[in-house]
Amino acid sequence: MKRFGLFLIMAVFVLGFSVTTAQAVTEINWWHAHGGRLGEKVNSIADNFNKLQNKYKVVATYKGNYSDTMTAGIAAFRSKNPPHILQVFEVGTASMMSARGAINPVYEVMGESGLPFDPNVYLSTVTGYYTTNEGKMLSMPFNSSTPILYYNVDAFKKAGLDPDKPPKTWPEVADYSRKLIKAGYSGFSTAWISWIHLENFSAWHNIPIGTKENGFGGLDTEFIFNSPLHVKHIQQLADWQKEKIFVYGGRRNLGNAKFSSGEVAMYTESSAGYAGFKKTCEFEFRTSMLPYWPEASGAPQNTIIGGASLWVMAGHSKDAYTGVATFFTYLSSPAVQADWHQFTGYLPITTDAYYLTKGQGVYEKKPGMETALKQMTLNKPTSNSKGLRFGNFVQMRGVVYNELEAIFTSKKTAQEGLDKAVKEGNKLLRKFEKANK
Amino acid sequence: MEKRVVFKQKLLPYFLIAPQIIITLVFFIWPASQAVYQSVLQEDAFGLSRKFVGLANFAYIFTDETYLNSIYVTIIFSFSVAAIAMSVSLLLAAMADRVIKGATTYKTLIIWPYAVAPVVAGVLWYFLFNPTIGIVAIYLKLYGYEWNHSLNGGQAMFLVIFTAAWREISYNFLFFLAGLQAIPKPFIEAAAIDGASPLKRFWTITFPLLSPTTFFLVVMNVVYAFFDTFGVIHVITAGGPNYATNIMVFKVYHDGFLSLDLGSSSAQSVILMFIVISLTVVQFRYIERKVYY
Repeated sequence: MKRFGLFLIMAVFVLGFSVTTAQAVTEINWWHAHGGRLGEKVNSIADNFNKLQNKYKVVATYKGNYSDTMTAGIAAFRSKNPPHILQVFEVGTASMMSARGAINPVYEVMGESGLPFDPNVYLSTVTGYYTTNEGKMLSMPFNSSTPILYYNVDAFKKAGLDPDKPPKTWPEVADYSRKLIKAGYSGFSTAWISWIHLENFSAWHNIPIGTKENGFGGLDTEFIFNSPLHVKHIQQLADWQKEKIFVYGGRRNLGNAKFSSGEVAMYTESSAGYAGFKKTCEFEFRTSMLPYWPEASGAPQNTIIGGASLWVMAGHSKDAYTGVATFFTYLSSPAVQADWHQFTGYLPITTDAYYLTKGQGVYEKKPGMETALKQMTLNKPTSNSKGLRFGNFVQMRGVVYNELEAIFTSKKTAQEGLDKAVKEGNKLLRKFEKANK
Repeated sequence: MEKRVVFKQKLLPYFLIAPQIIITLVFFIWPASQAVYQSVLQEDAFGLSRKFVGLANFAYIFTDETYLNSIYVTIIFSFSVAAIAMSVSLLLAAMADRVIKGATTYKTLIIWPYAVAPVVAGVLWYFLFNPTIGIVAIYLKLYGYEWNHSLNGGQAMFLVIFTAAWREISYNFLFFLAGLQAIPKPFIEAAAIDGASPLKRFWTITFPLLSPTTFFLVVMNVVYAFFDTFGVIHVITAGGPNYATNIMVFKVYHDGFLSLDLGSSSAQSVILMFIVISLTVVQFRYIERKVYY
């Protein structure tokens, strides 16, 4: 029996070996951060690509959440065995960009492969985040979303509000909230507060979050999100807590239950949260664009994205890079993009995919899906609204969470808290600048 | 001296202790030396640029308000966990020692939580106290108490201490019960005959005789609160709100694995290493000697 087992192992080994040599398939490793249903979708994209041709085999591997995936990729690079494609969340962009020896920029990979590649077919509001000031695409956007306002239609009706007229400005949000509070609800809450109420808030009002074009212009950038408008907004959130116009729901998207349980009637969250709410909310809800302050001359501008992009790691053969380029071409094709967009609620990355989806009449059936796109493309992005690029930004989000929590518990005023966050953030930026000179 | 075992072969003893030595080298000495080495470097996450900076990382963390705050938080957290876990378990053990009927059931139930991993314990209590959907939070609200540990630092601290202590009570209970059962009954009976009340008997006889167990548990509990509670913090608060529960171990993880600042993270773990070493020294040097056996 034992000998038989050994024979089996040998046989499998020999067989497996001969199979790989016979076909000479180049494996492309793709590490990603999508578990559950999204993970299955990612696998099916890889499978479909593999079935379509037989030169390359994309192997998609789930590596945990965004941080885990990035850390795993970095550790693999340090031990000289990196994957070909690594999915990195948007706040890791500056770190990846600065790691010049560790990555191959997408425009180079595409250029060397000889495959047709036109950066203009991509939605500039999406790719802008991952593109140099000279217009060179560094990473391939994969899953991108933007924050929108969700509101509870049943609650609106109960409070005597017209569900066809969602609040457009923050003062309107306050008025609506007061009526909703009388009907037994709380006003609004939010997910991803740093992303939505500072980063996107800045873009939406066309004010900078940092100097040097939000960091796009160089590593010597500094945070300046303690401007009067920022302070006003955050102080207003803190003050609104007393009346329950605003309720803080916790970090990340922990507050989602506040909306789906019907506690708050309005909620700002990523457009990618749409599918989740469809599943958990036992009431009708709709979406609309983020509110803005009417006195801000630049608002509404356009919002910026969150999500992740695909980076090509250095240290592989030329053949493998051609494989990566082939896969990226497949990934950007309208059919694949439209399918991904419709299945997940993430934004499509090309205009063709957008028109394809529109042509299929999907937006009439799911109007919420288009809100995000309309909002992203409302105006031509300015230097304040094409994205942001700051080193150590993962840490920065932590700093912001902590300072906001101090503000919301009245330990600090909005001015004090934001000043502190800016000061701590600038320290992190200088540290990053020093380490990446 | 003639009792000492003498090995005839010279290599055999080395061979016999080799597994221990290898494990210590691979799992302790090697990573520890890596941490020390890394702590004097400033390096980007990918290891592309590496610069020797001497003690700059240490200088930075000791002037960093967040780090000083995390030391303070760790002290409060650890001693509260140890104090609560030990006093409750001592009370339970003293009670269990007197129980005659159903003693096994009672003991089993108390020991049970120890089988729950810290992360699972964290998830469990997190759900119960979830400000929006947690059953405990809802009842508190009914009685007019607003529970929101995602914003209220004091409540967050209470919740993590409570969760960490809840788990550790079982461990302490085992040791206290064993300690209590090892105390010779005649002492207590003699005191009882002399007219000492149960409380007096406990404080003058049982408690001093338990001191070896107690001091052992003090060290074990502090070490537990310092290092093993990572899962609890990670799941319930992630160090927040406003750094209220940002204990040192969590900060090491956060700075190293989330922020990819290896130099600072290593410097912090070197400091933690010295804390463990000194705790161990204290245990063996002083406490073991002063305790009445």
